[in-house]
Amino acid sequence: MRPLFVSGLCIASALGAGLEESFAALRNGTSGLRPNDFEPFPHPTWIGRVDGLESAPVTGALARFDCRNNRLAQLALAQDGFEQAVARARERHGAARIAVLLGTTTSGILETELAYRRSAETERLLAARDYAATHGMFSLAEFVRARLGLEGPAATVSNACASSAKVFAQAARLIEAGICDAAVVGGVDSLCLTTLYGFRSLELLSAEPCRPCDERRDGLSIGEAGGFALLEKAPGAKAAAALLGYGESSDGYHMSSPHPGGAGALLAMSDALARAGVRPGEVDYVNLHGTGTPANDRAEDAAVHALFGAATPASSTKGWTGHTLGAAGIVEAAISVLCLERGFLPGTLNTGRPDPALRSRVVLESEQRPLSRVLSNSFGFGGNNCSLLFGRAG
Amino acid sequence: MMRVFLHGVGVVGPGLENWAACREVVSGRAPWGEAALRVPVPAMLPLTERRRCNAASRLALAAAEDAIGAGDWPAVGLATVFASADGDGAVTHALCQSFAAREPEVSPTQFHNSVHNAPAGYWGIATRSARPSTSLAADQDSFAAGLFEAALQATLEPGPVLLVAFDLPLPHPLALMRPRRHGLAVALLLGREPRGGALAALALRLEPEAMASPLPPALEALGDNPTARALPLLALLARGEQGEVRLGAVGARQLVARCEQ
Repeated sequence: MRPLFVSGLCIASALGAGLEESFAALRNGTSGLRPNDFEPFPHPTWIGRVDGLESAPVTGALARFDCRNNRLAQLALAQDGFEQAVARARERHGAARIAVLLGTTTSGILETELAYRRSAETERLLAARDYAATHGMFSLAEFVRARLGLEGPAATVSNACASSAKVFAQAARLIEAGICDAAVVGGVDSLCLTTLYGFRSLELLSAEPCRPCDERRDGLSIGEAGGFALLEKAPGAKAAAALLGYGESSDGYHMSSPHPGGAGALLAMSDALARAGVRPGEVDYVNLHGTGTPANDRAEDAAVHALFGAATPASSTKGWTGHTLGAAGIVEAAISVLCLERGFLPGTLNTGRPDPALRSRVVLESEQRPLSRVLSNSFGFGGNNCSLLFGRAG
Repeated sequence: MMRVFLHGVGVVGPGLENWAACREVVSGRAPWGEAALRVPVPAMLPLTERRRCNAASRLALAAAEDAIGAGDWPAVGLATVFASADGDGAVTHALCQSFAAREPEVSPTQFHNSVHNAPAGYWGIATRSARPSTSLAADQDSFAAGLFEAALQATLEPGPVLLVAFDLPLPHPLALMRPRRHGLAVALLLGREPRGGALAALALRLEPEAMASPLPPALEALGDNPTARALPLLALLARGEQGEVRLGAVGARQLVARCEQ
């Protein structure tokens, strides 16, 4: 495929608001995880929470979109000059030529959950909610489209934890087909009861900060985050990085466990490399899905080892951000771009001793080193996989 | 803008048992009688998964089975696009209700059924397909968004694409926010080539028009289901007519399909 330039990028997560705060936390080895202080939850767990959302409502003409998820979208959009970059692209291409494709898994469900908790008032609270603007899946894409003044094709993609990676593939197709010149991609997922209790029910939630690839790893830590990228076939200004390839696949195996041999993951990674015309040896770093659950890290390791052997450095950055679910794709795409731009290879935070059963080259300590190509993996429930290959632009 | 070939149609709705039955109604040859939605158990699913499978996934898979039929298109080779505004309201309701309890208990099956791409997961288990699958939502325009993405994939990626659009009524009290009378699923099998005699060719383009085409009068009762936006296209197909239909918004424009058969 022809490279797509990343000409705008913004992020808000437990590491902070904006790329500079995020990179400082990566460089300093500062985790964004903390003991759960979000909602009463009877099981010990750590979360990657974004501060300040409770006091930062969506107001004005778009007030009907107000919910935790869209507040997080609003916070992310305000970072890193992103809205200005989109405004410039809109002037160049026209609003109808820029798509909005965003991932989420739970959208604005939190306020519905809280309405159910107040059982005497549930009906009144729900009757007063604007479903389409808050609870519905499309709420996120519609809010961002309105906020950025864009008129191109818009959709919310919800393929569990691969959601905000798959939107890069959709954008690439739209631009390849000549329907759009640019696309805003990304995603937002915010803390809610469904995911806390849900991952607990599957016994996938760690009581400690997650330790991806550690021999004692025992589950994930849930995080929340929002992030966006502006992809263009020809950028107006110099872009730091480009999307070189994407790969999508399905496991066809199980609803909530990966294929043990990593067959689907291998297919997604191989396809991303093939589209870019890049050999495995030309990839300098693999940002793993690396959730810290025993099954994910084992299956992903099998796939990474099958493609890269023990040569290519790989790490998971979820010890910093937590698993941000539907936002994991864009969070790790942003980290990949930062790493390319700044010559930084992150280690695997919180991990003491790598699982000796894992055969790929899992890096524990961060280091400065120039990187030319980075592969980022995102895998989700339902067995949907997506890998993205990024490279330095020009 | 895009041209794809239609190789199969599947329908499951109230009083619309399958595409063969729906064809008679949307063409005006048979009356529609309001009836309860009866969703066949998808034969493609292993027995254990039939028990675990949620209502939205059963509906989606039943329409998918109708579209691929006995035909020439092995399910294992199909990429899929699942389009739904609201996923499975019954699962959302059950989860939310459990949070109202003093000590909430959530079942693992309910949690994995709560993801918007649950039908994609069951499809994958049923077919063992490694082909990509995309689950998306665009509120009332979910059908148009799904058809647009499926046609893009059929045009640019290798192999045929199965689109499945579906939505169900939400239970009370979620229905206070989003009332809906009937469930409906429509599946379309799309390919880049007219291989083996396609049912129709669809030329798709985006136009600055506001309004989607009106529903066939007999099926106006399905109008609050986003998947009903497919019905004007199905009516053209059923009557064997050429023509254009407006299927809903994709961004700020309207998806227009010219149907040639």
